[in-house]
Amino acid sequence: MAKVVFPDHLLTHTGGEREIEVAVANYRDLLVALEARWPGVREPLNKAAVAIDGQIYQDAFLEPIGADSEVFFMSRIEGG
Amino acid sequence: MAEAVDYRYVGTRPVRPDGVDKVTGRAQFGADQNLPNMLHGRVLRSPHAHARIKKVDVSKALAMDGIHAAVSGADFPAVASGEIGGEGGGDVADIACNIMARDKALYHGHAVAAVAATSVEIAERALEAIEVEYEALPPVLDVLEAMAPDATLLDENCFTKNLPEKPDKPSNIASVMVLARGDLEAGFEQADVVVEGEYRIPMAHQGYIEPHACTATVNEEGKATVWCCTQGHFEFRAMTSKILNWKIGDLKFVASEIGGGFGGKTVVYLEPVAVMLSKHAGRPVKMVMSREEVFRATGPTSGSVCRVKVGAQKDGKITAAKAWLAYEAGAFAGAPVMPGAMSIFAPYEIENFLVEGHDVLVNKPKVAAYRAPGAPQAMHAFEVALDDIARQIGMDPLDLRMANAADEGTQAPYGPKFPAIGFKACLEAAKKHPNYTKPVPEGAGRGVAAGFWFNIGMQSSAEVRINEDGTVIVMEGSPDIGGSRASMGLMAAETLGVPYEQIKTYVGDTESTGFCNVTGGSRTTFATGLAVVQACEDIIAQCKSRAAATWSMDEDQVEWEDGQAVPAPGVNADVKPLSLADIAASAPKTGGPILGRASLNAQGAGASFSVNFADLKVDPETGAVEVLSFTGIQDAGKAIHPAYVEGQMQGGAAQGLGWALNEEYIYDANGVMENAGFLDYRVPVASDLPMIDTEIVEVPNPSHPYGVRGVGETPIVAPLAVAANAVRDATGTRINDLPLSPPRILAALGDD
Amino acid sequence: MSKMHIHTTINGDEVDFLGSPQQSLLDALRDEVGKLGTKEGCGTGDCGACSVIVDGRLVCSCLMLAAEAEGAEITTIEGIADGDGLHPIQEKFLEHAALQCGVCTPGFIVAAKALLDRNPDPDERTIRYWLAGNLCRCTGYDKIIRAVQDAAQELAHEA
Ligand code: FES
Ligand code: FES
Repeated sequence: MAKVVFPDHLLTHTGGEREIEVAVANYRDLLVALEARWPGVREPLNKAAVAIDGQIYQDAFLEPIGADSEVFFMSRIEGG
Repeated sequence: MAEAVDYRYVGTRPVRPDGVDKVTGRAQFGADQNLPNMLHGRVLRSPHAHARIKKVDVSKALAMDGIHAAVSGADFPAVASGEIGGEGGGDVADIACNIMARDKALYHGHAVAAVAATSVEIAERALEAIEVEYEALPPVLDVLEAMAPDATLLDENCFTKNLPEKPDKPSNIASVMVLARGDLEAGFEQADVVVEGEYRIPMAHQGYIEPHACTATVNEEGKATVWCCTQGHFEFRAMTSKILNWKIGDLKFVASEIGGGFGGKTVVYLEPVAVMLSKHAGRPVKMVMSREEVFRATGPTSGSVCRVKVGAQKDGKITAAKAWLAYEAGAFAGAPVMPGAMSIFAPYEIENFLVEGHDVLVNKPKVAAYRAPGAPQAMHAFEVALDDIARQIGMDPLDLRMANAADEGTQAPYGPKFPAIGFKACLEAAKKHPNYTKPVPEGAGRGVAAGFWFNIGMQSSAEVRINEDGTVIVMEGSPDIGGSRASMGLMAAETLGVPYEQIKTYVGDTESTGFCNVTGGSRTTFATGLAVVQACEDIIAQCKSRAAATWSMDEDQVEWEDGQAVPAPGVNADVKPLSLADIAASAPKTGGPILGRASLNAQGAGASFSVNFADLKVDPETGAVEVLSFTGIQDAGKAIHPAYVEGQMQGGAAQGLGWALNEEYIYDANGVMENAGFLDYRVPVASDLPMIDTEIVEVPNPSHPYGVRGVGETPIVAPLAVAANAVRDATGTRINDLPLSPPRILAALGDD
Repeated sequence: MSKMHIHTTINGDEVDFLGSPQQSLLDALRDEVGKLGTKEGCGTGDCGACSVIVDGRLVCSCLMLAAEAEGAEITTIEGIADGDGLHPIQEKFLEHAALQCGVCTPGFIVAAKALLDRNPDPDERTIRYWLAGNLCRCTGYDKIIRAVQDAAQELAHEA
């Protein structure tokens, strides 16, 4: 099962849960699974960036998520 | 670590494609676009830092000779809240109210109305005829005062976001954020030494030399064309469309050459106003800001208060770190405190930490991105505290950082594990650098600090066209602020295997090239570069298939080598290699013009770390600081055009030193900026600085074909703490606040 | 407002234009004469982007009235390259990557030309102080100083 971690500012949307484990094949499926668990969570997640196994995606879509993957949601980065 | 690769063009230093135009005065910048029958627009700005706007009446101005349009907030549509793309600027509803105030003026200089006239002088006289009724309110200018529960509110509808419980009272604190890991208390218990401090930095401006400028024309069909200096014409188009409630397709944006931005030109100020004036007047309208307007109403970056506590063992191991950050957002939410919180501990492996950040409204201009937005303020605080730790345990500051340095596999404080990064390589390079091994000059002090920036990817498009003679046109949409056309040309040359001189690179307008996000976040060479490389690969694939068809071979029997199609090894064929020029010449017979393209949303921009150090001398009589030497060491992943990478490092160092030593927004009690000009807002000049030594470390970014990481942001981060630590070393006195201007230094030395 | 007739020589060409009494030379060059290579960074004499040479003297054109240029000989950035080639200062700016955004570049090149015209062999300190009236926010000045040093050497060679 992949490990999925949420930052503090998203905990209001996950009922305070910081870390969960899910079995999904890719990022799109992860969002579907999370939305099923916490209806409405998709919107703030769409505004977040996500790191899958160390690689940061500002906009992930079909990126594969493996059984030992680590997924961290985080704030999007801007720049000067 | 990937092997160093020898490239033919990547890593060389050719003259940039736009170079001749820029040394001869031919290049067209924002203020250089003139159209027949053009009017000049000027903006009326609030004389109050905080006031309710009861009434704006432009009718007297409109009645004057030579005035063809006058608008105020009432002429602009209400804008729904929302973000534009992924690249900053904040909420578009806020940007709309920032470029033209509606019911409240929120800072001195806030736009209240605008006119278009046949000359600038007439326009300025007309501004005086506009009647505005204000109800002045007390200004909120200090970030800590703004956070107090009984503070005057800028926005009665602002409820602090991200609190566990929804607040029942509005506040100037727009949002809070927390990053935490481990057990802070246990960590501090393990510490042998603990350092704690509060560090304040005032607002500073990006200080680009070219003021904001644009020219807009709206034709009889209601379609607008806007020429402007911008870091991202596609985002300017999107913002203007939202602010005016116009269709994107009715707006064409042309990016002029841009005279610096550093983040400050990622957001609109004039463009929607110019379009509105032009529509009312039925004539083109040009708007150019004065330097004073640039200071009062654009940029700056957040002033900040950072409190840091750090504990370490005698061997240098950091056991716990805690930070509390309060950043001024200016008049609307959106201070870069989250990236500040995410970057403050990023160079280090720390088990127990807590960062709390606050985005706070004050009656000052709405902040805009500024190079590594948010990182310099927070990292200054932590890098200064680390310096004090090093002193207390008697350790070399580079060794202290090495003892805690993040590396591949370290879990970054903001979540994921780092891929290959170059922080340790930078520290090693610093330790060996001749400027570091030589003794500190008599009477001077040396300061060391680290810097970091995430870097970003985002969307880019590129097209590559092959002319009939095999010369190459690269068309992309990222405004070139610091020589990026040259980098694009080099990557195209390397990929196609043709000489750099055969390639021309253009930045297209919103209708001649595909979407590109802003030039910012150090993304252009990485992301747009990736698009250019992929578009070139598209060309190669097409050329191979045309060669295969010409030779009656299968496509996999053809390879691309040194700019020509050749039979693959082992393929037995008696054919002459076909160069790009050969294939271009026969294109009409092999399928028509050769056009390659790529569009992408680039991911995996690699973090760029730096280590900087400098020797500074303080004059105890005047308090003046002299920079004797400065050395910047940074991981660029791969320097495509090393001269421009060095230039980024040197320019960032100068900006960071300016911020550290002199630059600050000075306000009077009414919230009026007292130094809104280059005479009193003193940016570094040539005689303030020595040569700036650079060393480029290259730990390739695995997510880019040539290993590129962004380089533009990181260089501004470390110099703040470098200067503070060097002044501490030189004087024996620790000064927590910036800038280290002569009066502050004299006061601190006097206290001792 | 009535305009004044002003007669000048700009980059070797005789140029007549109409300017208003309060108009700066910078505005006149840009708006009346169409010489857009001279830039405005501040309009208050603090940035040097508007540098031009008037009768052999380096001036901030934003601080000079157009009317004061009556009869004067003016060199702008457009007049630095002679004939078909770039001036060595321009070449060295390109070679050393002494520009990033390039908006300060016309001012720096004109100011450097004025320096080398009077002092063909300046040391680093002299160059830094001479160019202290020209702001560059992009480069940190390092490559600009090197370009001017190199141009001085090249010019000495040519002479
Ligand atoms: S525009 Fe003349 S000195 Fe700045
Ligand atoms: S190159 Fe941009 S200001 Fe000098």
